Amino acid sequence: MSKKFVFSFFSLLSGLVFGIGLIYSGLADPNKVLAFLDVTGSWDPSLASVMVGAIGVTIVGFAFATSSKKTLLNTTQHFRNQNYFTKKKSVDVRLVVGSALFGLGWGIAGICPGPAFVLLTLDPNKAFIFFFSLISGFVIYAIINKFDWRK
Amino acid sequence: MALDLVNYTPVASLKGGVLIGLGISILLVFNGRTAGVSGIVSNLVSNFFKDGIWRLAFLLGLVISPVVWSYFSTPIELHIQTSDKLLITSGLLVGIGTALALGCTSGHGIIGLANLSKRSIIATLTFILVAVYSFYLIHHVWSL
Repeated sequence: MSKKFVFSFFSLLSGLVFGIGLIYSGLADPNKVLAFLDVTGSWDPSLASVMVGAIGVTIVGFAFATSSKKTLLNTTQHFRNQNYFTKKKSVDVRLVVGSALFGLGWGIAGICPGPAFVLLTLDPNKAFIFFFSLISGFVIYAIINKFDWRK
Repeated sequence: MALDLVNYTPVASLKGGVLIGLGISILLVFNGRTAGVSGIVSNLVSNFFKDGIWRLAFLLGLVISPVVWSYFSTPIELHIQTSDKLLITSGLLVGIGTALALGCTSGHGIIGLANLSKRSIIATLTFILVAVYSFYLIHHVWSL
C-alpha cells in the first residue's frame, strides 16, 4: 500500500472519530450549542464537559506524540511548527477581532466549522446554506489576504 | 438565569469530548498534524494542491460520521431552526472570523488550550463571551 493511502486512511479515521464525538457530545446539534450559550435564559451547561473530555485526551495525545521525534508512520511531525505548539506568535489584533467575529456568528446559529460538515448529512437543506456561506467567508479572507496591507 | 436540567447531558457530553480528543490524537500521532477544522478548511481553500489530500480525507470523515453513527445506533433527528438570512450572515462571520484568528473551537478551544497557548486562551475566552452576548442580543433582545 502506498504511504499516501495510509496517510489518508488515518486522516479519514480521525475525522470520523471526531465527527462521532461531535454527535455523541451534542456539539453537532445547533440547538444544544445555543442552549449552552443561553446563559441568561434556560442554560444547559453540558458542553462544558465536552471541553473537559476533549482537552484531557488531547493533552495525553500530545504527551504521547512528543515522546518521539517522528510520527508512528515515521514521518515529519508538522504540528511542532504550529502556533499552538511553538507559542512564539504573540497575541495580536487579528486574533482578538477574528475571535470576536467568530463569536458573533457562533451566537447566531450555534454552528462552528466542525459541525458545519457533520450537519451536511443531518439537515442537508439548511446545512448547505450555512456551509456555502462559511466557505465564502474563507474564500473572501484568502482573497483579501493576498494583498500585503503593510505596503 | 435558570439551569436546564432536563436536557443536561454531562456524561454523554464528556464521552463525546473524549472521542473528539481521540480523533485529534489519531491525526497527531499518525499524521503529525493538528485537527483544527478552520485551519484545515482555510488551507484547503487557499492552497488546494499543497497537502490537500489528507485535509479532504479528514473533512470527508466528518461528513460521513452521521451515516456511520446511524449504522450502529439510533439515527439522529435534528433541525436547524435559524432562518436562511441569519444562516448566511452567521456562516460568513464564522468563516472570516476563524480564518483571521487562525483557529476555531477545535484549534484554539481544544488543541491550543491543551497546550496552554496564551493566544488560544485569549481567543477562546473572546469567542465564548462574544457568542453568549451575540445569542443574548439575537434571541432575547431582538428576538430574530
